[in-house]
Amino acid sequence: MTNPFRQIACISAFPLRSAACCVFLFGCTARAKSPTNIFHPAGTPAHSIFGLSMLVLSVTAIIFIIVGGLLLYALLRFRHRPEDPAREPAQIYGSNQIELSWTVIPILIVVMLFLTTTRVILSTEGIPKPAATLDVIVIGHQFWWEYRYPGLGVVTANELHVPISDPANPTPTYLKMSSADVTHSFWVPRLAGKMDVIPNRVNTMWIDPQEPDLYLGQCAQYCGTQHAKMLLRVYAQSPADFAAWINQQQKPANQDFTGNPVAAEGQTVFLQNACINCHTVAGTVATGRFGPDLSHLATRDTIASGSVQNTPENLKQWINDPSSMKPGALMPPMHLNDRDLTAITAYLTTLH
Amino acid sequence: MMNTARTIPFDAQAEQPWVLPNRGTVGMVCLIVAEAAIFMIFFVSYIFYLGKSLTGPYPAQVLELPIFGTVCLLSSSFTVHLAVSALRKSKLRNCTIGLAFTVLLGSLFLLGTAHEWYHLIRDDGLTIRTNLFGTTFYSLVGLHATHVLVGLIMLSIALAVSLGGRIKEAHTERLEVLSLYWHFVDAIWVAVFLVVYVLGR
Amino acid sequence: MTDITPVMEGIDESLAVKRPGFEVIYEWVTTVDHKKIGLMYISYALIFLVIGGFEALLMRIQLAVPNNHFVSPQVFNRLFTMHGTTMVFFMGMPMLFGFANYLVPLMIGARDMAFPRLNAFSFWISAFGGLLLYFSYFGGSGLYGAGSAPDVGWFAYAPLTAKAFSPGHSTDYWTLAVFLSGIGSIGTALNVVTTIICMRCKGMKMTRLPLLVWLYLVMCSMVFIAVGPLTAAQIMLTLDRYVGSHFFDTQAGGSAVLWMHYFWIFGHPEVYILVLPAFAFVNEIVPVFSRKAIFGYPAMVAASIAIGFISLSVWAHHMFTVGLGPAGNTFFVFATMVISVPTGIKIFNWLATIWGGSIHFAVPMMFCVGFLFQFLIAGLTGIMLSAAPFDWQLSASYFVVAHFHYVLVGAIVFALFGAFYYWYPKVTGRMMSETLGKWHFWLFLIGFHLTFDFMHVPGLLGMPRRIYTYEAGRGWEMWNLIVSIGAIFQVAGIAFFVFNLVRSYFCGKIAGHDPWDAWTLEWATSSPPPSYNFAIEPAVHSRRPLWDIKHPEDPDSDYE
Repeated sequence: MTNPFRQIACISAFPLRSAACCVFLFGCTARAKSPTNIFHPAGTPAHSIFGLSMLVLSVTAIIFIIVGGLLLYALLRFRHRPEDPAREPAQIYGSNQIELSWTVIPILIVVMLFLTTTRVILSTEGIPKPAATLDVIVIGHQFWWEYRYPGLGVVTANELHVPISDPANPTPTYLKMSSADVTHSFWVPRLAGKMDVIPNRVNTMWIDPQEPDLYLGQCAQYCGTQHAKMLLRVYAQSPADFAAWINQQQKPANQDFTGNPVAAEGQTVFLQNACINCHTVAGTVATGRFGPDLSHLATRDTIASGSVQNTPENLKQWINDPSSMKPGALMPPMHLNDRDLTAITAYLTTLH
Repeated sequence: MMNTARTIPFDAQAEQPWVLPNRGTVGMVCLIVAEAAIFMIFFVSYIFYLGKSLTGPYPAQVLELPIFGTVCLLSSSFTVHLAVSALRKSKLRNCTIGLAFTVLLGSLFLLGTAHEWYHLIRDDGLTIRTNLFGTTFYSLVGLHATHVLVGLIMLSIALAVSLGGRIKEAHTERLEVLSLYWHFVDAIWVAVFLVVYVLGR
Repeated sequence: MTDITPVMEGIDESLAVKRPGFEVIYEWVTTVDHKKIGLMYISYALIFLVIGGFEALLMRIQLAVPNNHFVSPQVFNRLFTMHGTTMVFFMGMPMLFGFANYLVPLMIGARDMAFPRLNAFSFWISAFGGLLLYFSYFGGSGLYGAGSAPDVGWFAYAPLTAKAFSPGHSTDYWTLAVFLSGIGSIGTALNVVTTIICMRCKGMKMTRLPLLVWLYLVMCSMVFIAVGPLTAAQIMLTLDRYVGSHFFDTQAGGSAVLWMHYFWIFGHPEVYILVLPAFAFVNEIVPVFSRKAIFGYPAMVAASIAIGFISLSVWAHHMFTVGLGPAGNTFFVFATMVISVPTGIKIFNWLATIWGGSIHFAVPMMFCVGFLFQFLIAGLTGIMLSAAPFDWQLSASYFVVAHFHYVLVGAIVFALFGAFYYWYPKVTGRMMSETLGKWHFWLFLIGFHLTFDFMHVPGLLGMPRRIYTYEAGRGWEMWNLIVSIGAIFQVAGIAFFVFNLVRSYFCGKIAGHDPWDAWTLEWATSSPPPSYNFAIEPAVHSRRPLWDIKHPEDPDSDYE
């Protein structure tokens, strides 16, 4: 490779490409229209993390530019050229002063980063619980989320509703989390960092979305076959909307089937089948805890832990054979005949 | 240029005599470190789960200080040391006696453990699956007992060689390496004794 | 390249006689020669590199588009488990132990390893572990008592691995295969450490050891301390699964977090165990192709030992999201950030080595240059992950996957490729083709960057790892497609590499004993070395014995 320009181009190619990639990637990420972008925080924990991440990214970017730049310079400046003399270059074995300097400076950088990081850890994990919080118990299952509001007597699944929090007068939601089976992880990037959901252990985290919106996330710790479809949907609502939702959820399940004989038949079929072993419908004999609470199923936008839209067609297909939509889901196919299937589906769609 | 007589010049007078540690000793030390790491995790489990069993029986109820076994095992460290010193001085008969006592004392220790377990299982109803105490107790003490057994097998082989009259002073290093293993097994027992039978109750 | 290094030719046994195939196979199967065992380790690892890479390719095809149906979720979960387990235990460890086996005795002027039979035993038991792991694919529900491939992830978190959640035997294949690999690792590490301490040639004091040997000494010492916890945890897991004990049985009060601690007490030092030999190769190659001694040898040794020690104390940075509490998290943040200091020192010393040198961009050096930039980036993303709150977002996402592949592929595999091109002439007596090598380098480099640079983005956009598919509309589609396309370039690069390896064996230029004009002892004997390595035990006076011979007017021994 004798052409010096080709040499320089080749040598510089990939560090410059790396640098260009980094800048490009960061730019794309910051502006990406993703509902789960960690650089688009919507709650205090996520904001704190965002601030820290900007500092860390800046420091590492500067280090990369300096060290990478020096490396690139050295590779170009000291490359062997054919016209170089035949003897070996001067052999330099080391220098204590230089070693000291590039030990001390990184130590100082480390100390600075460490102190900043500690501050954010304490402000997220170490603060006392404010008075006005909403307590929610989160229980992770294979492969769905159970939510219980102990103070309000509400039990639901897969779609978490919380009130928004006014920064002047914060009303965060405190999540106490545990698992009924294996280890999961609760991750809604725009609201907070993730926290693992572990059996025989209670972990706590808090969120305080400030804008009413639907925040998405998903389970972030491999928990079995359908880990990929254990999605999270957090509905942050205005206080009025939230109160209305709570009100609806506190009622017992719908028992009024006037003008809907198919649904009435559906309730009978439901209560006579194995459904009641796994599911709860408030106010009936169905008190199973293995599967999601269905008392107000029709108020939910999705089924199968966020992975399927809640429409009668989807519901019917799900009940008929869950594995056709979520292979490996723990709900078995119910082997119902067509009539029963239609009836149960009609029944469930009345559970507002 | 092919110089078949010299590689790189070596000036025998100028350099110190080149002495390196014994391979067997270094290898055994490495093995001991690795084994210690394995035991450490079993100790951690035992300590971590102290007091966390959901049901009984509990350590204070069923454990008694294994004085006899401990005395046997610690004495066996002494006897194996005597065997090694005897071999170093070519006192082959004393070496045989030392090895024989070591094997005997080690076997007594194992019998003591077996006896303890028999009573724990039959009379106290404690098995490895009973509760967290059972799990961590049997696994830790069992792992140690397995190491004692392996050591005893090796020592028995040495004893057999010695009884057959084929052991020599040149074998001292090897016997010393084996005795190092045996001392390690003893040291682990001291730790087990303190953690399980003294602190744990 | 002057030919003044004395070489023992003519005393050699003759290999010109063609022997029957059975005899050759028998010789290799029963050998205790460190060079042959080293080559068996390396060949074995190369096969698993291809198999593990194939598993990755299948995963990338599945993830190239959202809601794909290329493989089922069950198959995908087995693929990522097998890919990780294979690459760490049956590619990484054997490959690095193979190089240690081949090079360490040669570099210290020894005739063989300290315990040749243990050496062979360690190889065969590790090899058996790998075969056992892959046998799990064939054990289906039809075969009595067998199971299919494990699908619990390479770190096999409890209680997913409990009998209740992983029935059948797939998890047991994982446990037993990795257990056997661990035994082999401890055996080889024991051998390497004993060899380095007890079998050095005259004059080779510890302060004159080649840096490769120092790094293997530290790495093998770490193996003793790190592999034990994994072995213990696997014994406990097997007891849980078969005897009904409760180590990780959360229903009986056991702790899932305890498995995590035990695994990562192994797992974190393990990744340093994997990377230290990469440093070792770079420490040998960069000075030779910069025509300068390594800068700051004592600092490099101290930094390596420091990395070894500190890496034993950082494990819970893999558990920042477990809820250890502010005190626990803070401690591990500190330890993890501290380890960046000796690591940085090494990078700066490499920079100082090339500074003022005369850099020749042969293929080994090109791979080392790739290593330098990529390891720098990997270290910097590691610093990002060490800031625990940032890690609360990034952990278990594709950002982490990108980070560790940057280290494993960008640093370790690149350094390994450099090592292949550098020492192939010594092993076979022939040079590898520079042209094919450059094709290999550029294709693999492009593929590596397409895949692993862009892989950081889905992580930042909220994509968790170990998912067999993902929804459209999360902003992940384009990035996943690019990542998958990069995989194809990497496959092409590896194809060139394998072709180069095979072709050069038959058609490569004859290398002679010292084609690179290098300075350590392995270049003082023929290529390939005779089975006894050196006819007369060498004696050394400095860190670069061959430099002293080639430059008698200015030997290193004047400066040390």
